Amino acid sequence: MADFDIHSTAGRLEALRRMLTIRAFDEEAGDRFADGEIPGFVHLYIGEEAVGVGTCAALDPDDYIASTHRGHGHCIAKGLDPKYMMAELYGKAEGYCNGKGGSMHIADVDAGMLGANGIVGAGPPMATGAALSIDYQDRDQVAVGFLGDGAVAQGQVHEAINLASTWDLPAVFVVENNQYGEGTPVEKQHNVDNLSDTAQAYDIPGLTVDGMDITAVEEGVAEARERATAGEGPTLVEAETYRYRGHYEGDEEPYRDDAEIQRWKDRDPIDSFKERLIDRGELTEEEFDDLQAEVEAEIEAAVEYAQEADRPTPDEAYDDMFAEMPPEIERFATAARARPDGGERISDSRSSSAQSSDGGERSSSAHGSDDGRQGGDRR
Amino acid sequence: MTAHAEPERELETETETMTVREAIRQALREELDRDEDVYLVGEDIGRFGGVLEVTGDLWEEFGDERVRDTPISEAGFMGAATGAAATGTRPVVELMFSDFAGVSMEQIMNQMAKMRYMFGGKAEMPVTVRTTEGGGMGAASQHSGTIHTWIAHFPGLKAVAPGTAAAAKGLTKAAIRSNDPVFVFENKMIYEQQGAVPTDEDFTVPIGEAAIEREGDDVTVVATQRLVGESVQTAESIADDVDVEVIDARSLYPLDTETIVESVEKTGRLIVADESPLSYGTHAEIVARVQEEAFFSLDAPIQRVGTPDTHMPFSPPLEQEVLPSGEDVREAIERVA
Repeated sequence: MADFDIHSTAGRLEALRRMLTIRAFDEEAGDRFADGEIPGFVHLYIGEEAVGVGTCAALDPDDYIASTHRGHGHCIAKGLDPKYMMAELYGKAEGYCNGKGGSMHIADVDAGMLGANGIVGAGPPMATGAALSIDYQDRDQVAVGFLGDGAVAQGQVHEAINLASTWDLPAVFVVENNQYGEGTPVEKQHNVDNLSDTAQAYDIPGLTVDGMDITAVEEGVAEARERATAGEGPTLVEAETYRYRGHYEGDEEPYRDDAEIQRWKDRDPIDSFKERLIDRGELTEEEFDDLQAEVEAEIEAAVEYAQEADRPTPDEAYDDMFAEMPPEIERFATAARARPDGGERISDSRSSSAQSSDGGERSSSAHGSDDGRQGGDRR
Repeated sequence: MTAHAEPERELETETETMTVREAIRQALREELDRDEDVYLVGEDIGRFGGVLEVTGDLWEEFGDERVRDTPISEAGFMGAATGAAATGTRPVVELMFSDFAGVSMEQIMNQMAKMRYMFGGKAEMPVTVRTTEGGGMGAASQHSGTIHTWIAHFPGLKAVAPGTAAAAKGLTKAAIRSNDPVFVFENKMIYEQQGAVPTDEDFTVPIGEAAIEREGDDVTVVATQRLVGESVQTAESIADDVDVEVIDARSLYPLDTETIVESVEKTGRLIVADESPLSYGTHAEIVARVQEEAFFSLDAPIQRVGTPDTHMPFSPPLEQEVLPSGEDVREAIERVA
């Protein structure tokens, strides 16, 4: 059973909370990226919340998901803690990946989250592999591979689905069709009407669901999960959705206009689900406002935590390459630890006085150089 | 195929004489027996027995679940093995020819090699990839490559390339037991080479340890794969004139710098013999490490024996022209001894 049951009132409220958390997290991440606090690349999930939360609502807590570059929503839907996610975005030692992954690689394998992934189409083979482990060890789990509409054109996605269907593995492939592969519309990338039509090539069920409707997504994935655990192999679920923000933060979006964005916002997955809960008498406007305020406070606390958290020390760059460290790397780790700045963690809160005395040099080195960042409204 | 016998050596454990192919198969069998989480994945490795007959009868013994035939789908099964390794099982992949790394390289370099690091150490990656390399069979350019430099070069992957039957068994077992991704590069021309192999089921060769296959005082030859045996033969044939030490590097990453450096400090002369292309490669790495640590012990310029930056041609006279051999090692020795 899912850790929140969308077929109960409490579960529906939890689903709403997770959707709100995703939106608040990503709005904050967008702002902090624009501020220059978050380095690297950031791809936001705003608008697609019903797909991630609807999918995870149909999963058991120990099921696996393999995510995409647009992974924040999947993490929160799966139950990851926004505090450690935000710390990861900030490159802090307390982040999920100790600051080695960042936005594009947040992972928590023990929680069943096999990683956001910077390579379009690389998640489905990962899900097929997790499903192989499940099948091999007769475990009662499934593995979900998320992919975008653009990834459907990738060769390795075909190979992954073919392998999973040939071996009847307990996998589910969820295509988040947000209408654009980066800046190119879906109809210019594929020759099928629905991306779920590609399921025919594997003789597996393919369904297209309304990705702006959390219950429709949950229903489709629940059906797929049932087939998977019954040994009947994978299902391809296409969820039609829309990202409100650009492909990445800083994307100037020459490929679409405001009217189009507004048409999708009129069907906003959070607004519509909220209305439904109010209509059913499960939620009042006041309760919604309280929930919204709680979520915003949680995200604010996550940002504060991330801002103040310890930075990794330079010698940590050499950790985690292997289970058994080779001498080739060990010698650099040893040398780094021997440097005065090599092995001592300094938290940003504790180092604020040090920063004023050394001209803020630490701050600029921890946040990386400014070149190579993508556009955006930055300081 | 080369069918020579390896030189006899005194080993402390009980041994049995077998071919490199049999030694690898025995390693696979023992590890399948030892650990239920281990299974084999690859193209035609089941009933067919593997295109170069390495898995042989293992399918009959262990069945479909543990000796799994895949579709011809290298990216798919390399990715699946990566995902499986991260989620509690220990796949052993056979990549039919090392050239096919080309079609699976995304999963190798961006997933398998990077997951543990990117996730801050929170992913295990106990996957083994066995693959065959090398020219000599007239298999032409897409089935004869020696690509181990790419893998040894790429951070996050370990690479071994045994030159003897004992090393083939011991390194295959060590790779399967390792919690890191390890590529085992088998040279297709030495599958029939015979050698003494320890029968102890717990025999492994630690990854990162070279082996001195022939002791000598005048020149050090660091060789890999087929060129180990051919270098030992060459050394024997010129033993009256020059005393050659032959080291099987065995492990390319990590590389046993210490054993190599100690030998060069003794001999003052170094030949590096490896079938990979000469430029920007395995040879250069060994040379660089020796000059870093034993520059003042060198009495002569270091020599490299390898493939002269061509692909492997089909026609026998062309293939023989570019394929490095024991004869090339002899000429290299003569240039410096």
